[in-house]
Formats: sequence, C-alpha cells, structure tokens
Amino acid sequence: MSSQKAERQLKVSVWRGADAGQFETFEVPQHDSQTVLDIVSWIQHNADPTLSYRFACRVGMCGSCAMMVNDEPRWTCRTHVNKVARDGELKIGPLRNLPVVKDLATDMDPFFDKWTAAEAHHHPSADRHDLMAPVDMQSADRVAANTAIECINCAVCYAACDTVAGNPDYLGPAALQRAWTLIKDEKDSGREDILAAISGTGGCHNCHSIGSCTQYCPNELDPLSAIANLKRETVKNWWKRNA
Amino acid sequence: MLDLRLYMLQRITALIMIPLVIGHIATMIYAIQGGLTAAEILGRTQGSVFWFLFYGSFVLAVSVHAAIGVRVVAHEWLGVVGSSLRVLTIVIALGLAALGLQATFAVTLA
Repeated sequence: MSSQKAERQLKVSVWRGADAGQFETFEVPQHDSQTVLDIVSWIQHNADPTLSYRFACRVGMCGSCAMMVNDEPRWTCRTHVNKVARDGELKIGPLRNLPVVKDLATDMDPFFDKWTAAEAHHHPSADRHDLMAPVDMQSADRVAANTAIECINCAVCYAACDTVAGNPDYLGPAALQRAWTLIKDEKDSGREDILAAISGTGGCHNCHSIGSCTQYCPNELDPLSAIANLKRETVKNWWKRNA
Repeated sequence: MLDLRLYMLQRITALIMIPLVIGHIATMIYAIQGGLTAAEILGRTQGSVFWFLFYGSFVLAVSVHAAIGVRVVAHEWLGVVGSSLRVLTIVIALGLAALGLQATFAVTLA
C-alpha cells in the first residue's frame, strides 16, 4: 500500500517562456506535506533543468518564491499541495502584473521602483550624535504601524490587485502600506514627502477597495486598511491646507 | 490617473449630492400623493429660482462627479491615457452640464 501511495502522480502545468509562452505539463510524484515550491524544484531537478524560478529561504521569510498557483498568487514555499491541487492537477505560473523574465521568474523592478516612488524608505530624523528617539510601544501611532510592518516584499498583494492590472501607474498595496507605516513612525521625518508622493496620479486615491491585497497577503497583513488610512490622512491634510 | 485633487472633487461633489438626492426623493414622495401630472410639476417649478438653484447645483455636482468616475473606467478598462483622457473627462463634464442645465432651465426659469 505504501508504495502505491508514493506513486501518486500530480499533473502540473507550468508556464514556459517570457510574456509570450505556453503552459507545459509535467507528471510529478506526489507526497504528503509537499509544498508547491517542492513541486517546482522536483521538476527542475528531475525533469527539466532549464526551468527558471526564484526562491531563497524556503520558510516564508524572504518573499522570493511567490507565484500564481491555480491562478491565485501564493508564497509557494508555505503552500501545501494538498490544499491547492484540484483532481490531481496543479497550474503554476509567474506572478501577475509583472513582466516575465523567463518561466516562473518575474522582473520585480516595477514593484520595487514603486516602493521608491512612494517614498517608502526611511527618512532619518536624527543623526548619530543624537539620542535614539524614544518609541512608546503602546502609543496609538505605534500600534497602528505595528499592524503593517511585517511585510516581506513578496508581491503577492501586487499580483492580486485588480487596480494594478487596470492602471499600471498605480503604486500598489505593498508600497502604499510601507508608506503608511512610515507616516506612523516616530523616527521618520518624511511625512510631507510621503504624503505628496502618494497623492499623485498613481497614488493611494486610485484604490477601489476591492481588498484582494488583504485577502491574499500570506502574512495576514491588511494593506486595504493601510491604504484607507492613507486616504484619510491625505484628506485631513488637504482640509488643513485649504480650509 | 486619479490624484488627490480629482479625488477630493469627486468626494465633495458626492457630499453636495447627498442632501439634494434626499430632498428630491422626499419631494417626489410628497408630491405624488393623489397623482401627478406634467402640468402640476411645471406649476410648482416654473418661475422658481429655488428649484433652479436646487436642480442646477445638482446638475453641476453630477457633471463633475460622473466625469471623474467615467475617467477612471475609461483609463482602467479602455486604456485611454494622457491628453485623450483629459479631453474625454472635460467633454463628459461639459456635456452632462449642458444637457442638465438646459433641462433645469426649461422647467424653472424658461
């Protein structure tokens, strides 16, 4: 019986090529506790060494291995095959909303360029001669920022976002959520720059609150609320400046 | 495509429309008690600066609000960009305003 169990085969369709390409089908032995990343690695090790994909940590920390699994964005190293395979079949493609370099590897440049465009980087408020800014972990701002800081830049939210799909200039949920954490960070002095950066033509106001970002975030963060908070912050700022 | 200025314009025009829509519906419910004819409507509205301002401001708010909404749809679904998108937004706003104000003027001050 156990040998029969080991011989279970999974029919896996994998994207081959760049933006133009097609799905190629592989038969992969199925095991218990197998992840989607295990499947992709098995194909590269045993069936076709030219298969390109990206991964690093294999434990859900680095954010490198996100792909489309049965047309939904997922971190493949923490996605069990048992939970996603349908009738012994699996479809694995490159992340949506990003250019494909080859096979399952996407060009992440547009994703990270938008982080920069959203001013989603630290703006120092002190230099090395100053004392460390005291941070009250119980303050309302800190509690608000804490809900969003565990982002691993996996781009699952970006691939899930229908607004990004329809509006390529839109900064996307990850960059905007990071901007929100910085606005609430007592050590960051870039508030005005960030608010200006996220109020432009690709800014937070383009979000339709569809909520795919929050639904698919593997770390169970809530970019949808972060973006709603950014909208609120920009509106408050607008009234202050214009009232 | 939708910056803070357009976002605020769309939200503020929505805020303007809320009391006007409620006023319109409340008036309709009140006015149709016992039936309603075109002559009765015109009898109420013609020569009325109040109703001209009431529906005139509604028309202006709708024109701005809807033009920005259609702008988003045109960009995201039809791929309209740049100056074409700007022209489309303005044409829709002016078109809606012209049609609406003409109708408002016809039943109030004409």
